[in-house]
Amino acid sequence: MEPYNKHESVAALMTRSNVDTDQIIPKQFLKKVERSGFGIHLFHDWRFNEDGSENTDFELNKPAFKNAKILVVGDNFGCGSSREHAPWAIADYGFNTIISTSYADIFYNNCFKNSILPIISTKEQLASLMNEISTNEGVQFIVDLENQELSSPAGNGFKFEVDSFRKENLLKGLDDIGLTFQHLDKIDQYEEKHKQTYPWLWA
Amino acid sequence: MKRTMYEKIWDSHLVVKAPGQAPLLYVDRHLMHEVTSPQAFEGLRLANRKVRNPHSILATIDHCVPTKNRDLPIADPIAKKQIETMADNCQENGLNLYDMKNPNNGVIHIVVPEHGFVHPGMVVVCGDSHTATHGAFGALAFGIGTSEVEHVMASQTLPQQKSKTMLVQIDGELSKYASAKDIALAITGKIGTAGGTGHVIEYAGDAITALSMEGRMTLCNMAIEAGARAGLVAPDQKTFDYLKGREFAPSGENWDKALAYWKSLPTDDGAEYDTIVTLNAADIEPQVTWGTSPEQVTGVTSSIPSPDDFNDTIKSEACANALKYMGLKAHTKITDIPVDLIFIGSCTNGRIEDFRIAAEVAKGTKVADNVIAIAVPGSYHVKKQAEDEGLDKIFIDAGWEWREPGCSMCLAMNGDELTVGQRSASTSNRNFEGRQGKGGRTHLVSPAMAAAAASAGHFVDIRTL
Repeated sequence: MEPYNKHESVAALMTRSNVDTDQIIPKQFLKKVERSGFGIHLFHDWRFNEDGSENTDFELNKPAFKNAKILVVGDNFGCGSSREHAPWAIADYGFNTIISTSYADIFYNNCFKNSILPIISTKEQLASLMNEISTNEGVQFIVDLENQELSSPAGNGFKFEVDSFRKENLLKGLDDIGLTFQHLDKIDQYEEKHKQTYPWLWA
Repeated sequence: MKRTMYEKIWDSHLVVKAPGQAPLLYVDRHLMHEVTSPQAFEGLRLANRKVRNPHSILATIDHCVPTKNRDLPIADPIAKKQIETMADNCQENGLNLYDMKNPNNGVIHIVVPEHGFVHPGMVVVCGDSHTATHGAFGALAFGIGTSEVEHVMASQTLPQQKSKTMLVQIDGELSKYASAKDIALAITGKIGTAGGTGHVIEYAGDAITALSMEGRMTLCNMAIEAGARAGLVAPDQKTFDYLKGREFAPSGENWDKALAYWKSLPTDDGAEYDTIVTLNAADIEPQVTWGTSPEQVTGVTSSIPSPDDFNDTIKSEACANALKYMGLKAHTKITDIPVDLIFIGSCTNGRIEDFRIAAEVAKGTKVADNVIAIAVPGSYHVKKQAEDEGLDKIFIDAGWEWREPGCSMCLAMNGDELTVGQRSASTSNRNFEGRQGKGGRTHLVSPAMAAAAASAGHFVDIRTL
C-alpha cells in the first residue's frame, strides 16, 4: 500500500446522503478479475449520459473539482454491498480522503485497505465545510493524518479521531496480512485449542 | 459477568489482542462467490501465500450465471472469464466449489444452510454483505471486502473492532400473510439504513421465536439494510432440528458435544445491550418500499409520502429525489401503483417456503396483461423440491417463467434486468437506483405480496384476497 502523506488538495462536494455502493460502482463493472481500472466507472450512472458524454449536471464533473483528492459528502456514505470495487474506484479516480458524518461499516473498513482516509466529522463541521466549498469552489484543504487535523482557508478545520492501529498502517502503507503473520504462533496455538474444544468443526 | 450472545462468540474467537493493534478474530467458515474473490486469490499468488484451511471454505457461482439456456455457452465474455477464474482458483487451492453444473449449485446464502455448513457459535465471513443471513443460526456472520477475503484465506483470522450490541425486541403475533420480510422492512423503516451502523443486532421476542429457520434467515439477511453488519437469533430446538442430518452438521458423539455448546450460546438473563429497539408484531402490515432506499418503506394500506412530511431536510430532499427517480406522485395510494415485472427469488426470499406461499397466492390466477413474472429458485435443491411439490406447474399455469437458480434480478449482473422506467415488485433486498437495471424502479415486498401483484397488475393488500 502507498503511505498516506500530509497533503493540500482540492475538495469536491456532493451533498447527497446515503450514497450506496451501487452508485459508487454500478454492478455492470464488477465482472473484472483485476483490481485496477475502476476509476473510469466511478459514479457511472450519474456521471455519464446515455451517449457516454459527461453529464454536466453531476457535481464531480464541475471543472473546479477536477483533480480533487478530497470528497466531502452527506451522511451514511458507502451503504449497501461489501464490494471493495467501491474504494478501488474511488482511489483509482484520484481521491484519497473522504469527509462525512458516517460511513457504512464494511465500506469504512475497506477504505483503510486502499490508502483512503475516511474522516468522520460532526454534522456542524460537515455543514461548515460544505458551505465553504459551495461559496469557494476549488478551495483546497490540508489533511494532516499524523496530527489528525484538517485545515481549511476559512478556518472550518478540526481535529478528527481515527483508530491508532489503522492510522499507523495508513501512514506507513503497511499490509495487514504481514502484521497478522507476526502472530502466527498465536494462531497455531489457538487452532490447536479450537480443535480440542470444537472437534466437530474439524471432523 | 452477564454476556450477550455476540460477546460470547467474540470472546471464544479472540486469538490475540496485541497492544496498539486491532484484536485478531478467528474465522471458522469462509463462503465465496465469483465476484469478490478473484483479486484476493491474485493477491495470495503474488505474495506466494497459501490458503491456510481449505476445508473452511465453501464456494459457489451465483451472481453472473444465466437463469435460462444454461446449456449454452455464457454470452458475456467478461462474465465467462470471471466464472472460469473461480473454477481455476478453487481447483488450484483444493476448495469445494458448487459450480454451475453441480446439482448443489445456487445462491451462496441459500446453499450454505442447505448443507449445514454453518452452525451456532461460529464466526462466518464472505465477501458479500448478505452473509448476515447465517446469523439465523446464532453464528456471527458478516460481509467483508476483498482484501479481507485474502486476509482470511492466508491467516484464518481478521483484525476486527468490537461492535456495539443492539437488541431488536419484537413481541406479539404477526397477522396472516405478514412475514419475516415485512419485519425486516419495518425495522429498516423505523431505524433507517444507518440505524444499525457499528452494531450487531440480536433479534428476540415471541414473533422471532415463532419464525421458521427460513424466516429467520430472511430477517437476518436484511440486518445489513438497517446498517448492521450482522444479525443474530438465539439457537433453539428449531435450529437443532434444521441442522440434524445435514451433510456438514456434526453427527454421533460430536452432535452431543456440539449441542451442549450451542445451548450455552443464548444471551444471559440480565446482560446489557448498547441500544434497544422494540416493535409490536401485530402492528406490522405487509410492507412496500416506495423510494430508492430500503428505509423508504410503508405499509400496504398507506400512501406515498410527500417531501413536506419530513422535518429533516436530508430526508425531505431524499424523498423528493426518490419520487422523481421512481416516477411517483406524493399521496398516491400504494395499492394504486402499477407494476411491470415480478421477481421472486434472491438470498432474501429464494427458499422453498417463499415459493410455497407465492404459489398458494398464484394458484388459479393469471399474470396480468403486460406484466412479466419470473420465479428464480435460490438453488437447484430448492428448484427440485418445488418441482416435487408441483409448485413449478402452478407458476407456469398462471403465466410465470420458472427459471434456473442464481442471484438473477436481485442485482442484475447476469443479464436479467429491468429496462429504463420499468417497475418491479421484487422479493430482493435493495431498491437502490439502477440496482435492477439502469433506470429500473424497484419496490421491495414479500413473496406473497409479489405474487398478488402479478395477477392484479398493481399492489394489493394480500390480507384482503
